[in-house]
Amino acid sequence: MLAGVLLLIFLPPLVAKDLCKDSQDGFKVRLSIKTGLGDDAYEWNESEMFLFRSTLAYAMRKHSNQDTYTIDNILVCNDTQRVSFVFVVTSTDDPDQLIPKEQVELAVRQNKHRINNAFLLSDMTLEFMGIPPTLSAPIIYDTEPWLIVFGVVIGAVAVGIVALLMSTVSKKRRAKEKAAGLSEEDEGIVKENGTALSSLGRKEGVYNQAFSNDDRFTKL
Amino acid sequence: MKLKLPNPGLEDRILSHDELERLEVEEAGDRPKWDNKAQYMLTCVGFCVGLGNVWRFPYLCQSHGGGAFMIPFLILLVFEGIPLLHLEFAIGQRLRKGSVGVWRTINPYMLGVGIASLCVSFLVSLYYNTIIAWVMWYFFNSFQEPLPWSQCPINANRTGLVSECERSSPVDYFWYRETLNTSAAIEDTGGLQWWMILCLISAWGVLYVCCIRGIETTGKAVYVTSTLPYVVLTIFLIRGLTLKGSIDGIKFLFTPDLNELANPTTWLDAGAQVFYSFSLAFGGLISFSSYNSVHNNCEQDAVIISIINAFTSIYAATVIYSIIGFRATERFDDCLSGNILTLLNTFDLPEGNITESNYQEALHSLNTTNPDIISSLALKTCDLNSFLSEGVEGTGLAFIVFTEAITKMPLSPLWSVLFFIMLFCLGLSSMFGNIEGVLVPLQDLKVFPKSWPKEVISGVTCLVCCLVGLIFVQGSGNYWLALFDSFAGSIPLLTIAFSEMIGVVYVYGIDRFNEDLIFMIGHKPNIFWQATWRVISPLIMLAIFIFYFSTTVTKEIFYIAWDPESENFPTLEKKPYPSWIYVIIFLLAGIPSLSIPCTAVFRAIREYCCKKHPMKSEENSVAYLVVAYGRDFFFF
Repeated sequence: MLAGVLLLIFLPPLVAKDLCKDSQDGFKVRLSIKTGLGDDAYEWNESEMFLFRSTLAYAMRKHSNQDTYTIDNILVCNDTQRVSFVFVVTSTDDPDQLIPKEQVELAVRQNKHRINNAFLLSDMTLEFMGIPPTLSAPIIYDTEPWLIVFGVVIGAVAVGIVALLMSTVSKKRRAKEKAAGLSEEDEGIVKENGTALSSLGRKEGVYNQAFSNDDRFTKL
Repeated sequence: MKLKLPNPGLEDRILSHDELERLEVEEAGDRPKWDNKAQYMLTCVGFCVGLGNVWRFPYLCQSHGGGAFMIPFLILLVFEGIPLLHLEFAIGQRLRKGSVGVWRTINPYMLGVGIASLCVSFLVSLYYNTIIAWVMWYFFNSFQEPLPWSQCPINANRTGLVSECERSSPVDYFWYRETLNTSAAIEDTGGLQWWMILCLISAWGVLYVCCIRGIETTGKAVYVTSTLPYVVLTIFLIRGLTLKGSIDGIKFLFTPDLNELANPTTWLDAGAQVFYSFSLAFGGLISFSSYNSVHNNCEQDAVIISIINAFTSIYAATVIYSIIGFRATERFDDCLSGNILTLLNTFDLPEGNITESNYQEALHSLNTTNPDIISSLALKTCDLNSFLSEGVEGTGLAFIVFTEAITKMPLSPLWSVLFFIMLFCLGLSSMFGNIEGVLVPLQDLKVFPKSWPKEVISGVTCLVCCLVGLIFVQGSGNYWLALFDSFAGSIPLLTIAFSEMIGVVYVYGIDRFNEDLIFMIGHKPNIFWQATWRVISPLIMLAIFIFYFSTTVTKEIFYIAWDPESENFPTLEKKPYPSWIYVIIFLLAGIPSLSIPCTAVFRAIREYCCKKHPMKSEENSVAYLVVAYGRDFFFF
């Protein structure tokens, strides 16, 4: 009786260890806490392991949509100083049945982000051997940033060219007008309707009879 | 040695001292002038200080014995660089013409020297502005976080990184694939790359805006383009010195190895570097100094500009190597951490058991206990010196090594923008001189009708250069550029410089030249100038020319190609040139160099055939006018 009871007590862990050690469906996990967190690194102890098992149970729950996964479904072995170990997931219906590797992989991949965050680590520092990290989506721009800068530069260049050419053209036009103005004065064309100032420039005036001094000729 | 070659009619071709004095006082003449001395100095400094100071000198310095390289560099600077510079300044200031005008004036048979300068300036402008286009492309791409060359792109299936990038590195991939889209050999053109065409157009556009009215506009632009590089270099120096490993880089650069001084290649490389760094023989410097007032002290200018050039080279080398030291240290640290991680993972040791300080002992103890496992791990050997001596120069330094270093700094886009603005300004200010060396001779040779305004002439020239420059934006453009750089910009310049010295000293006459200098600056050039102009500098030029020519002609020339299918990928593969390239090489190096004797021969034949007239101008003679018009028509 006692022997039976003892066997019953000790059997599950022994079986569990065998399930974990010899299994093909297990994954090796490696954590590099000191590399990832430097001075803020925490000690790896039983509580942290408890957290790990619970996050994996959470991942299995989310993946299979069954709320029946508990921490006892996650078995761990081959614990090393490196902080690496192997885990397997047992089925909720039958504790001797293991969930196949592919299922576990899918579950982990879907929730890797949450698992990483629980441990304040990243894909580089919390590795699941055999599960490659999902690559982040490439950033897709509506307009490439380089085209925008190019547009600004070309616009500035075009404005510069136009401004310089216009200033040359207007300078030439002014020079031409000045030359034309000077040549008109030299020709001495009398324009009564022209501006009063233009006639001042000429040395000779126009003899205006109305203002002539006839007093010279009258002696009274 | 008072050797003087016969030169009839020289008096009639040049303005006498009294005429020059009169021109100076009355400010008559339609030649453009500098607004102030600062503009002239900044333009010359900008022309001399170029990309070579940043990416050629540091490499030479480090590979030829570090601090010891300063000795041949400074010696040759004094005996080769300064005399030639003073000569070009003085002759331009005295004869008040661009390069073609100056040589035609000295002796019509020497017109070939001016034409050779024109050809070389044109060929160099073509490819130099393409480098500026590349700089602009990187500048445009610097306004994003993360920088596009910091990580590999993901392949089409989203399963992993692009294979070419994974095998090499993100910076290599961005340069060879996303920028150049380089083909595997010079024979496949690879088609025009549209994004590079846009960058080329913007490079020529910016250049056109700055050169549109000649020195009127470039004189304003140089206030920015010549000073900004110094500001950026200082910023980078301060940033660099705060990074880990920078002091190792600077120490590595300057550690002298005096054994290198016994190696003749060191002296020849120093001489070549001094020569090319001063942008001599392009004709641009002669042009620039011809816009000066007659009594400008060109002797002082030559010395000041040489000192500034040397100082800039050394300063830029310090900055570059502080950043390279940082990059080498980062690589070394990565290599070591990689090895440590491998050991920890294999032996399941706790983290922190093996650190950088006890790595060697730990490796040794592990090797004694488990030698077979250690050998199966294939650990990389990490040696800081080998990372430091990955001597890179040229475009590799700027676009691969330096950009990688920038990605490792915090606030990378800012440093990237600053770096590429600096390279842009350095290149643009050198282009001003090159374009001056193209435009002014074209005007002197009356290629364009006189009625065309300056703006149109510079516009047409820039447009033609841009169209011809499309060669360099094809898939194989990088290889063409290397070809042009090696052959168009090397041997012809040496022949031109040698001819210049012979022309001024022996054809124009050193006595007349001395008198001109007494008139211009007030005292006769002392024994140093006399010795260098007459004997020392021509001999140095001849020695360098013979060395270059013999090494180029005798050895097998090949180019290095980026070939993803080669066995040694990502190492660049050495490929021999196809046979038709030799024709192109001959054209590039031969046409400018041979135009010097050929023009003289041509002219002599014409003289002999016509038999009529002396070199003097007899304007009343109808026959002369006919011949003169005919001469102008044939650009002679």
